[in-house]
Formats: sequence, structure tokens, C-alpha cells
Amino acid sequence: MNIRENIETIRQDFPILEREMSGHPVDYLDSCATTLKPHAVIDEVVRYYTYLGSNAHRGDYEMSAQVDYAFEGARKTMMEFIHASRKEEIVFTSGTTEGLNMVALMAIDQLLEKGDAIMTAETEHASSILPWQYYGCKKGIATCYMHLTDEGRITLDNFKKSLDENPNTKVVMVAQVSNVLGYQVPVEEMGAICKERGILFVVDGAQAVAHTPVDVQKMNCDFYCFSGHKMCGPTGIGVLYGRFELLDKLTPVYFGGESNARYYKDCDTLILRRTPLKYESGTQPIEAALGMAAAARYLKKIGLENIHEYELFLKRHFLERAEKELKDKVKLYNATSESGIITFNVYDNGQLIFPQDMASFLSSKGIAVRSGQHCAKLMGDIIDAPGTVRASLYLYNSLEDVDRLVDALKEATVEKCLDIFF
Amino acid sequence: MPIDPSYFRDIIMDNYSYPHNKELTEDESYRSRHMASDSCIDDITVQAKFKDGKVEDIRFDGKACTISTASTSILSELLRGKTIEEAQNIIDNYNHMIHGEPFDEDVLEEAVVFEGVAKQPNRIGCATIGWRAVQEMIDDEEAGK
Repeated sequence: MNIRENIETIRQDFPILEREMSGHPVDYLDSCATTLKPHAVIDEVVRYYTYLGSNAHRGDYEMSAQVDYAFEGARKTMMEFIHASRKEEIVFTSGTTEGLNMVALMAIDQLLEKGDAIMTAETEHASSILPWQYYGCKKGIATCYMHLTDEGRITLDNFKKSLDENPNTKVVMVAQVSNVLGYQVPVEEMGAICKERGILFVVDGAQAVAHTPVDVQKMNCDFYCFSGHKMCGPTGIGVLYGRFELLDKLTPVYFGGESNARYYKDCDTLILRRTPLKYESGTQPIEAALGMAAAARYLKKIGLENIHEYELFLKRHFLERAEKELKDKVKLYNATSESGIITFNVYDNGQLIFPQDMASFLSSKGIAVRSGQHCAKLMGDIIDAPGTVRASLYLYNSLEDVDRLVDALKEATVEKCLDIFF
Repeated sequence: MPIDPSYFRDIIMDNYSYPHNKELTEDESYRSRHMASDSCIDDITVQAKFKDGKVEDIRFDGKACTISTASTSILSELLRGKTIEEAQNIIDNYNHMIHGEPFDEDVLEEAVVFEGVAKQPNRIGCATIGWRAVQEMIDDEEAGK
């Protein structure tokens, strides 16, 4: 679907765009934090609550069978969405964070030895660093950081050099798209290198799945985690993709109902259910899984390539206006990144407007952006700022949304940022 | 007497651009609080010296927004020389004001410029970060820790 030509129709799919913020039509530029939800997703969640209703994998009645069918159908949809090789490679989680924590816990406990190392990057989200760092430290497994370019980008040359310098590396953990700067990471090539060297390759897909076609087989990753809510789906649901052999070999982190087949009183008597059900203890957020699958279908209908192309179109429009109208006013940190993420700071006659003050000012104009360190706290050293403002564009944003941002930035001063308090 | 908002804004701007007592000391008789865990971005350290039941000095430093910086600057001036009891009364009234509750504006002096923060609830953390640091240090002082 050509988004530019159909933007008004697409915007009508998102009922929340009818609301106001601070007395203005909402200009939502925070899709990296969470995306808005289309009717198709909301309706699917409501369908579960108003028609399907029962638990999954538990009942012997018709309603229950319908839920099983829908739930396993959602798994299949997610498999197709990321091009996994079979639906048993899709584990439902509460989101990217839980998935990445599960992978770190299982790998450190069951696959790694003291003296091994984990390689990640300073630009990564906290969820890609902290679980490895915390549990790794307990077992004598170091977390090391790969070389980056001056602008904070991961390149293949630097990656290979970093691996050569850290020959004990057994895990590589990166985001396919960085959540602060939006750089696309060369995951396919990195995956090939990891495969060749017998390194586990773990990819955080949180900022990628909704913005570009994803093929976990092509990228040779062992694990790939993402969240439903960042791809127009509900909160509280996500996917942990794992290569089947690995998922089948590993023992889950959690135990409980539905994930076990048999158990007796003694040690080592637990027989788990087959993969992936052994990873899904307890009742899953069924409506959220169905909603996420509806979101995947919605995005596929529009086309992931089209979405990516449209985001770049919007960003180019921002950059063109910024170049002409905001030259001395706005410092951009990621003009060259291939995504809808625009990370910047604003200056008032040379004085930095603190990112949080800027975000509050924009809020008073109905514009929603994120300020701060965006959960990547090692990043400050790379971009040399106490924080940044991040505007993230998505398929439901119009050119007018971008224009409103530019117009507001032109107008911003430290004093005007204080006016919102009076 | 109704006050011109631009006057309030100028006081905040002044305290942001030229903050008072924004320099830490090495003096070990000061208590110290690093307020890094409260928000994603403001990162300030506040120091306080108590002597004979009085607040003798308050200092701070760090990276923070206009509201955090200016409110801590004003706090550092306002509490100096007050008894701990008076300081506590000021902090209590400040908290009432920030949460939109009735308060005694006479004891708050310049700090009344932050009354409007009550209208921007997501900035309450900014307006109180330095104040919470001092409250914690008063609690420790009172408990003889």
C-alpha cells in the first residue's frame, strides 16, 4: 500500500488520533516508546473478551477449542511475520525485556562457563546489557563492549576487530535497530560471522519488527526477542524466537502449570511439555497474543517495506526543513540513520535547553516526544550530552505532524519552556 | 496581591542560569545525598551541614533541568540558618504547594514561584528532587544516624 497516498485512511484506522493533548490535536512522535493501536487490534482484543473468553490448552469444550485454535493461529502468524522455520520456535513472553532476560539466564546457567565473555555495545538498551552483566558477574563471565564509530554505529570491521581482541566471546548481543539513534545494524553479516565462530547470536528486535521486514533465518540468529506493543499490538505480550534445537535443548527459567507433563515427589522427575509449551507456564495473556497477531497482519497488509520507505520520507522532510530553518538551533545526533528516529537537542542562543524542559514545551503544543537517556545510559559518553530529545515517526504520522514539530522547535526558548508553569 | 507571572519566570531563569550554592564541598562534616535513582535524567548531589539544631549550609551540583536546578538553588538559600523544625515546616508547605494542596505562602518566600508545577504533574519529580534529598538528610540527622 502506498502510505503517502493513503495516509488519511490509515490515520482513520487509529482512533486515538482523534483525541487532543494540551488542547491541540495529538501529534504523537513517540512510537519508539510504544505505538498506537489500530481498530483491527482493538477489535481482536475485544473479540476475545466478548466471544472467545476461555483459557487456552485447558478445556474440553467448544469455546476452549476455539481459543486453542486462535492462540496457536497467533503463534503461526508470528512465525510467518519473522520468517521462522516452524511455529514451535515462537515462545510467547511478556515482551522484549522478559525474553532477553530468559535468554541471558538460560545461556549463562546452561551454555556458558567461567572465563567466557559476552559482547555487546555501549549503545544498547539496558535490557541487552544488565541481565548479562548481573548474572555473568556471578559466574565469572565478563561483558565486553565492541568498538563503535565516532557516531556510535556498529560496523563489520569494528565487530571483527572486537571479536579478535576478545577471543573468549561466546555470546554476541545487539539490537537490530538502535533505540536511541536508529542505526541499522548489519545483523545478517554479523550472524554469519557468529555462526562460523560458534558464537551464540542474540538479537533485540524491539525497534525493528514494526519498521522493516525481518527474517530470522537470513540473519542466522539463535534468539530474537521483540514486543507486541511496539508493533501496534497490545502491551504485556512479546515473542522470544529461538532456533528449535536450542529451545528444545534448554530448560526454561520458570516452572508451573501447563508447562509440565508429569512430575513426582523426587528430584529429576519433572517431565516438561514439548517445546515451546514448556516455556509458557501459567495462563498467557491470550487476548494480547491474539491482538499482536492482528497487528502483524495489519502491518503486513500495509507492507513493511512501505512502512520503512515512508518513515524515511518523513525523516527526510524533517531534515530538509531543519537544514534550512533550524541550523544553529538544533543539534542532530543521527541525521544519517536509516529510520524514523530523530534524536536531537535544542539550543537557545548557544545555551542547551535541557531535554526534559524541551519535551514539556512540546507537550504544551500537543506534541509527544521522549526526553532523557532512552534506557541506554552508557550512551551519554558517546554523544556527550546529559540526555536528548527523541522524536520517533511512524506510519500514522503525517507531514503536518513533522511540520508542527519543526515550527515548535523554531519557536522554543528556555523562557518559553518555563511558560507552561504559569 | 496578584503577581505578574513574568516576574516568577525571571526568578526561575535567574536561579537556573546563575544557581546559588552550586558547588560541592569536600568537608566531611556535611551530609550528602546523590539523587540519581529517582528519574531517568536529573542527576544531582545535595550536601547539608547541620549544627546545633540548625541548617548551617546547603550545597549541590549536577546535571538537571530548569525546574530541578532552580528549585534546589532556591531551597539552598531558603533553608540556610533555619532551625530543623522551621526547615521541616518549609519543606512540608512546599510539598503541599507542589501537590496543589493548601499551603502557607509566607514561609515559602521565593519558592512560591513553583506553584504552577502542580499543573504539570509529570514535572513534580523535578521540582522536589533537591527537597527530597534534604528531607532524607534531616531524617538521618534527627535519627542520629
